[in-house]
Amino acid sequence: MNPAIRPRSLFIALSLLLALALWGSLALGPVSLPLGDTLQAALRLLGLTLGGSELNQAQLIVGQIRMPRTLLGLAVGAVLALCGVAMQGLFRNPLADPGLIGVSSGAALGAAIAIVGGAAFGGIPEAIAPYLLSLCAFVGGLGVTALVYRLGRRDGQTSVVTMLLAGIALNALAFACIGLFTYLADDATLRTLTFWNLGSLNGASYARLWPLLLVTFAVAFWLPRRARALNALLLGESEARHLGFEVERLKRELVFCTALGVGAAVAAAGMIGFIGLVVPHLVRLLVGPDHRILLPASMLAGASLLLLADLAARLVLAPAELPIGIVTALIGAPFFLYLLMRGR
Amino acid sequence: MLQAEALSIRRGGRTVLEGVDLALQPGRVLGVLGPNGAGKSTLLGALSGELAPAQGHVRLHGQPLDEWSGSERARCLAVLPQSSTLSFGFRVEDVVAMGRLPHATGLLRDREIVEAALQAADAAHLHGRSYLALSGGERQRVHLARVLAQLWPGAEGQTLLLDEPTSMLDPLHQHSILQATRAFASQGAAVLVILHDLNLAARYCDRLLLLQDGRPQALGPPDEVLRPEPLKQVFGLDVLIQRHPEQGHPLIVVR
Repeated sequence: MNPAIRPRSLFIALSLLLALALWGSLALGPVSLPLGDTLQAALRLLGLTLGGSELNQAQLIVGQIRMPRTLLGLAVGAVLALCGVAMQGLFRNPLADPGLIGVSSGAALGAAIAIVGGAAFGGIPEAIAPYLLSLCAFVGGLGVTALVYRLGRRDGQTSVVTMLLAGIALNALAFACIGLFTYLADDATLRTLTFWNLGSLNGASYARLWPLLLVTFAVAFWLPRRARALNALLLGESEARHLGFEVERLKRELVFCTALGVGAAVAAAGMIGFIGLVVPHLVRLLVGPDHRILLPASMLAGASLLLLADLAARLVLAPAELPIGIVTALIGAPFFLYLLMRGR
Repeated sequence: MLQAEALSIRRGGRTVLEGVDLALQPGRVLGVLGPNGAGKSTLLGALSGELAPAQGHVRLHGQPLDEWSGSERARCLAVLPQSSTLSFGFRVEDVVAMGRLPHATGLLRDREIVEAALQAADAAHLHGRSYLALSGGERQRVHLARVLAQLWPGAEGQTLLLDEPTSMLDPLHQHSILQATRAFASQGAAVLVILHDLNLAARYCDRLLLLQDGRPQALGPPDEVLRPEPLKQVFGLDVLIQRHPEQGHPLIVVR
């Protein structure tokens, strides 16, 4: 698995891909907009006015619908890919993924408890709902991450098999609880729950966006600072310690960071699987496992792939819309099988 | 200098190491011998700070090991574990370069050191290969190069701990790797190496520590330690001691 291309070429290619995905996400849909109008409408959102032509419709569509949705996709894709890298580094296994080991479903369970519990108490006030949901999803994700990590460890070694099996059990448990809530829920709550389980960028609003953007910035700022420590951790925990890194603290930080990132992503867009698994893998195939390159490159690739998957979800059955979680699973699950068959 | 005083380690309610007094000497190679489960790796774990002593102390330059900051300690104490679980496709030179993580000597100097360390571990020809494509013995040499790079070029005040560095090597490399270790020690570093082969230990170590059931049975030069009585007592082996015809060190032959 020697690097196939130079990091610089990869970053250029990924930036172009991201630009393409951004353009598609803003311009394409039930009403397609010309590139010029899209750009001008986007710039007007930032308070810059170029040219005087009337752009009311484009401005409305981009400003109210597509821009929040695009930003949501950008943040969700970036943070899921980053958390995927963090998980794979923490477990020192390229098959670890927030979805496979139950972090996403734990977060979804947290969100479901908030939704159904909130409805039982007469609804959560609009103003705090996004923050409360994020918090509950974060706590759910943190609980499951910590539990999987504890279960997967014996005598200072992390057993991948135990970890994956524990993930299966915790996934099943979380889904059973979510199923229970679904059974108990009324019609309105049911719709929200279904949305959470399948994942969707539909109905993005700036209010739901802020907590996620905040978390994404924090994760994107913090994780690359640990790139060298993550590289050393891949050698093994004691090896990393012998190289002078504070491994226990690093592991706690990684668990916290993943729970925070996945929790915020799930709270904002529901469960979107396989981005955290597939993206770091693809990037590793291209430039090797060095986290100093892997982390930023995965962030760019994750954001681009999620926007493209969302575009597919919007366009395939237009004017109806597929939940994006279905799209990523349809692409991601066969890819996961392919990775398994490659005989690691 | 690394020093253990009245060191005892308990694991799972059992005392697995007891009463070890040991001081590694600069420029010298200390070999640790003993049957399976005698506490060799436990001793190495305690000396490297992985295992907390139940009694006694481990001091590095007079200061207890757990009072050292991680990166300062890593600049003067390097450890090669028995096996590694690296399952990512780093290139060989990237693995060795991880030995330079505790340092800030710059990319160019680090690259020179990585090359020199690979050369010393007879692994220079593996440059550019993916770690995952290597054989077990080749991987072991790459990791040896990594810990050599961590202390390169080796100086008085530095300590290198090796847990069975020859376990997966062919006969030629068993010798060349221990020769390289000796050459590294001659720069001033203190070396502790766990070995299973008595004849390799006799040839390449200045002193030997014989462990049995977690207790030191003998500590001294190979001539003193490698005698029929202690070996019978510790390993249950009947041996004849001869002399190497050219090198003069003890040669152990099982009867």
